Amino acid sequence: MAAPASGAAREAITPDAPVKLSIRNVGKTYGGITALESASFDLRQGEFLTLLGPSGSGKTTLLMIVAGLVQPTRGEVWIDGKLATYTMPDKRDVGVVFQNYALFPHLTIRENIAFPLRMRRMPETRIAQEVARVLDIVQLPHVAARLPRELSGGQQQRIALARCMVYGPSIILMDEPLGALDRKLRDRMQLEIKELHARHAITVLYVTHDQEEAMAMSDRVCLMNQGQIEQIGTPRELYFKPSTPFVADFLGESNMLDGTLEKAGDVALMRGPHGLAVRARTHQVIAPGDAVKAVVRPESVRLLREGETADNEAAGDVTEAVFVGGVSRIFITLTQGVVISAKQLTDAAVPQPRPGERVRIGWNIDHGVVLKASEPAR
Amino acid sequence: MSMAMVEASAPPLSQAGWIRAWPIYPLLLFVLAFFVYPVAQILWLSLIDPDGHFTLANYVHAATTPVYLQTLGITFQIAVWTTLLAILAGYPVAYLLATSRVRTREALTLLVLMPFWTSFLVRTFAWMILLGRNGVVNHLLVSLGIVDAPLSLIFNFTGVMIGMVHSMMPLAVMAMLSVMERIDGNLVKAARTLGARGGNAFWRIYFRLSMPGIAAAGLLVFITALGFFIVPSLLGGRQQTMISQVIISVVQELLNWRFAGALSVMLLAASALVFYLYDRLLGMSTLSGSADDVADGRKSGVLARAGSAAGERLIAALGWMTDRAGALLETVMPPRADRPRRAWSRLVLGIVAGLIIAFLCLPSLFVIPVSFTDGSFIEFPPKGFSLRWYETYFTSPGWVAATTRSFVVALLTGFVATVLGTAAAIVLVRQRIMFRMAIITLVLAPLVLPRIIIAVALFYLYAQLNLVGTVAGLVIGHTILAVPYVVITVMAVLKTYDERLDHAAWTLGASKWQALRRITLPQIKGGLIAGFLFAFITSFDDLTIALFVTGGSTSTLPRQMWNDLLLQVNPTLAAVSTLILVFVTAFIVLAEILRRRAVAG
Ligand SMILES: Nc1ncnc2c1ncn2[C@@H]1O[C@H](COP(=O)(O)OP(=O)(O)OP(=O)(O)O)[C@@H](O)[C@H]1O
Ligand SMILES: [Mg+2]
Repeated sequence: MAAPASGAAREAITPDAPVKLSIRNVGKTYGGITALESASFDLRQGEFLTLLGPSGSGKTTLLMIVAGLVQPTRGEVWIDGKLATYTMPDKRDVGVVFQNYALFPHLTIRENIAFPLRMRRMPETRIAQEVARVLDIVQLPHVAARLPRELSGGQQQRIALARCMVYGPSIILMDEPLGALDRKLRDRMQLEIKELHARHAITVLYVTHDQEEAMAMSDRVCLMNQGQIEQIGTPRELYFKPSTPFVADFLGESNMLDGTLEKAGDVALMRGPHGLAVRARTHQVIAPGDAVKAVVRPESVRLLREGETADNEAAGDVTEAVFVGGVSRIFITLTQGVVISAKQLTDAAVPQPRPGERVRIGWNIDHGVVLKASEPAR
Repeated sequence: MSMAMVEASAPPLSQAGWIRAWPIYPLLLFVLAFFVYPVAQILWLSLIDPDGHFTLANYVHAATTPVYLQTLGITFQIAVWTTLLAILAGYPVAYLLATSRVRTREALTLLVLMPFWTSFLVRTFAWMILLGRNGVVNHLLVSLGIVDAPLSLIFNFTGVMIGMVHSMMPLAVMAMLSVMERIDGNLVKAARTLGARGGNAFWRIYFRLSMPGIAAAGLLVFITALGFFIVPSLLGGRQQTMISQVIISVVQELLNWRFAGALSVMLLAASALVFYLYDRLLGMSTLSGSADDVADGRKSGVLARAGSAAGERLIAALGWMTDRAGALLETVMPPRADRPRRAWSRLVLGIVAGLIIAFLCLPSLFVIPVSFTDGSFIEFPPKGFSLRWYETYFTSPGWVAATTRSFVVALLTGFVATVLGTAAAIVLVRQRIMFRMAIITLVLAPLVLPRIIIAVALFYLYAQLNLVGTVAGLVIGHTILAVPYVVITVMAVLKTYDERLDHAAWTLGASKWQALRRITLPQIKGGLIAGFLFAFITSFDDLTIALFVTGGSTSTLPRQMWNDLLLQVNPTLAAVSTLILVFVTAFIVLAEILRRRAVAG
C-alpha cells in the first residue's frame, strides 16, 4: 500500500500526529469592531494549514494572536500542549514570515539570519555554521554580505524564510508571503515552500487570499468570513462538500439554485423555481420544508445528447456560448427561468451550441450538494 | 506619474523653456535683490576699510578681543546643550507620535507645533512669569515647603536652557518624526518573534533605524540655536550673552557695520563648519531622512565607518541592559500565560511624553490669568480681577498704532509672498528647468541662515535706499523670511494635484490662463490659503527685522513688546500676549486644517 512518491508529505501527517497548536474559541475585538468572532481548530505536527478568506475576514488577526503580537480578547491558545494565550512573542517558539518580509534594512543578510541566534546567545562559531547551513537550504550562500535591498523580491522572500527556519521554531506562520511577487515567481516560490515544508517536516500556518494558492499548497484549508471560520477541511472537501453557500460561492465557480427541501435523507430532493426538481447529496441535517440551495459546479453540468440521460435533467435555450480556448462556457436559460452555466472541454470535432438552440442538460446526484440556505446565525 | 510625463516632454534647455519659466523670475529677482545682494554686501563690507582698501582688521579685532571669543564659546556651549536636551526630551514625544494611530498623531502633532508658531516673545514672557523670583514655580515650591527660599531660575544658564529647549524641541520632534514615520512597524514585531525581548527589539532595530532622524534634528536645532537672541536676552544673565546679541549692539550702539559684518561672517562660518563636519561624519543624505542610506555603513562618512563598531556594541549593550531590567521586573511580577499582559512600557512612555508635551504647551497659558490682575504688577496668583490692562492696551495710542501696523505689514507680506511663492512653486513642480535644485536651495536659504544676518544686511541696504522705518521695508524683509513657507506648502499641494485635469481643460478649449484660473487654482486653494496664513504669522511674529528697521513711532507689535520687556515689565504685556495667543492659535489651527485638507485631496 505504498503511497505515490509525490504524495509522501501529505501522507506523513497521520491523524495521530501530536497536536502542535490548538486554538480554542479565540476572539478579538478592537473597541467596538470585531476582528475575529470565535475560532477553534487544531494544527498537527507537520501539517500545512492555510487560512483563506476575503479581505478583512480576520486572517492576519488570528495569525498575530498565534504569534503573540496581538492579545486576544477571549479564548485560549495552546502550543505544544502548553497554555500560551498571553505568552510573550519571544517565548513562543513560533516563527513568522511577514508579507513584506520585514528584513532589517540596516543589517546584512548574514546579520539578519544571525539575529534570532544572537538573541538566544549562541556562540559565534555555531552562529556562523547555522547561517551557512540555512543559506545553503535556500540556495543563496553568495548573498551573505549584502543588504536586503540589494536582493530581488524572490531572494528576499527566501531569506525571510531562512531567517525564520534558522532557529528551528516548532511552527512557522506566514502572512501572504508571496503577495508582493509577480505571478511567475509566485508559482515557483509556492513549489519551493512546499518542498521545504515536506523535506524538513515543518508545521505551517499560512495566510493567503488566493484560493488557487491555498488549494495547491495546503493539507487543510480554513475558510474564513467576517471574523468566523466558515469551514475547515482538505481542499477537496471544501470544493466538493461545501458546508455553506459562502464556501461554495467563494471557491471556484458554482451554479446556485434556490428551493425548498422536499425529501430529506442522504440523497435529498429539492423543489426549485417553477417546479424544477433537483436531487443531490446532503451532509447536513435538514428538515423537509426548509429553504435550501442546491450547488452544482459548471464543469459537472453536461449537455445531454439524444438518448443520453442523467440523474437530474432539465431543458432550456442557449443564451450564450463563449469559447475561451481549452474550455468552452455555455449559459443556458432553463424553461423554469433559471440561468445555468456549464463548462466543458472544447472538442474540435463537435460544433459549439449556438445561442437560441434548444438543449437538454443534466448532472448526477454525486455532483450536486444541497445546503441550508440561511447563513448560520451570527 | 503624470508629472514625470510632463517633465520628460518639456523641452529642458531650449529658449522656449526659459521663456516658459517666466513666473519664477519675479521671486528670483526679489531674492537676489533683497537677500543675496545685501547679505553679500555686508559680508564684503567686513573686509573693506572706510577708504575702500582690503583689510582684515575687523577679524583681527574680533579674534584678539577676549569678550568676542568668549561670546562665541558661550554661543556654542548653549547651542550644544540645547541640542542635546531638545533631542533627549523630544525623542519620546516623536516616538509616541510615530507609533500612535493617525488621528491621535494628528492631534498631538498640532499640540507640539503650537508653541512653535506662538510668538517667541509671548512664550519667553510666559517663562519670565513662571521662573521669576516671585514667579509661579517659586511660589509653588515655597508654599508647598519644598524649598525655604526662592530658587534662582532666571537670568542664568538654567533660564536660558529652559527657554531654548522649549523653543527648539518642536523642531527636533518634527525632524525625528519624519524619519520614524518611515520605519516599517513590522520590523520590531519581526524582531520580537525572532526571540528579541522588548529592549533588544527597540534598541537594535527601532532606535538604530531612527538615528538618521536624531542626526538631522541635531543639525537643525544646533544651527538654529546659534542665531538666537530673544531667549538669552530675556532669560539669561551677562554670562549668557550670545553672538547675535553682540551683533545687535554693535549695529545699534556702535553703528559699526564693518565689524557687525565680521561677526556675521564668524557666525556663518560656525554654521558652515557644523554643516561640513556633519557631512563628513554622517553624510548629507541623512538630512533627506532616508533611513536606508544611513543604515548602510559602507556609504556614509567617517564616523559611521570608524564609530559604527563601537556604536553597534553600545546599542547592543543598551538592548541587553534594558532587557535585564525587564527581566528583573518580571521576577517581581511574573508574566502569566492566562492573563493579558499589561503594556507597562507604553504607559510609562505615555506619561513621560505627556509631561513633555505639557511642558511645551502649558507655559504660554500662564499669561492669561496674569493679564486679568487688578494689581499694578505681574504676579501670581493675580490680585483680584479686572479688565484694566486690556483697557490700557486699547486706549494706548502707541499699542494701537503698533498693532495696526503689524496687521497691515502681515497682510501685505502674506499677499506678496503668496503671489511670488505660488508662481515660483508652479514652475518648480511642473517644468524641468535648469538649476532646479540650486534655485530651490536659494529660495529656501532664508530658513537656515541666521535671521540676524539678514536683518543687519537689510538694515544697511535700507539705510542707502531710505527704506528704514517704512512699511515697504518691513514687507520686503518679511517676505524674504516668509516666502520659503509658501513655496514648500504650495509645492507639496501641487505634487498631489493631478495635472491631467489641466490637460483635460485644454482639450476642452480652455486657454492656459483659463485652465489655471478655473481648474488649478480652485483646487489648490487650500494650499494657497495655508501658505498665506503661514506667511502672515511669520511676519506678524517677527522681531529680528523689526528690531533694526523700526523704532519709536514706526514700531510693530513685537517691537513694542520687546521695548517693554527690556524696560518695564507690566501687566499690559500680559493682556497683549493673551490677545496674540488667542489670535495666533485660532490662525494656526485654521492653517493646519486647510493644509491637511489640501494635501489629502
Ligand atoms: N489594530 C486594529 N484596530 C482596529 N481594527 C482592526 C485592527 N486590526 C484589524 N482590524 C480590523 O479587523 C478586521 C480583520 O482584519 P485582518 O487584518 O485580520 O483581516 P485580513 O483577513 O488579514 O484581511 P486582508 O486580507 O486584507 O489582509 C478588519 O475589519 C480590520 O479593519
Ligand atoms: Mg491580512
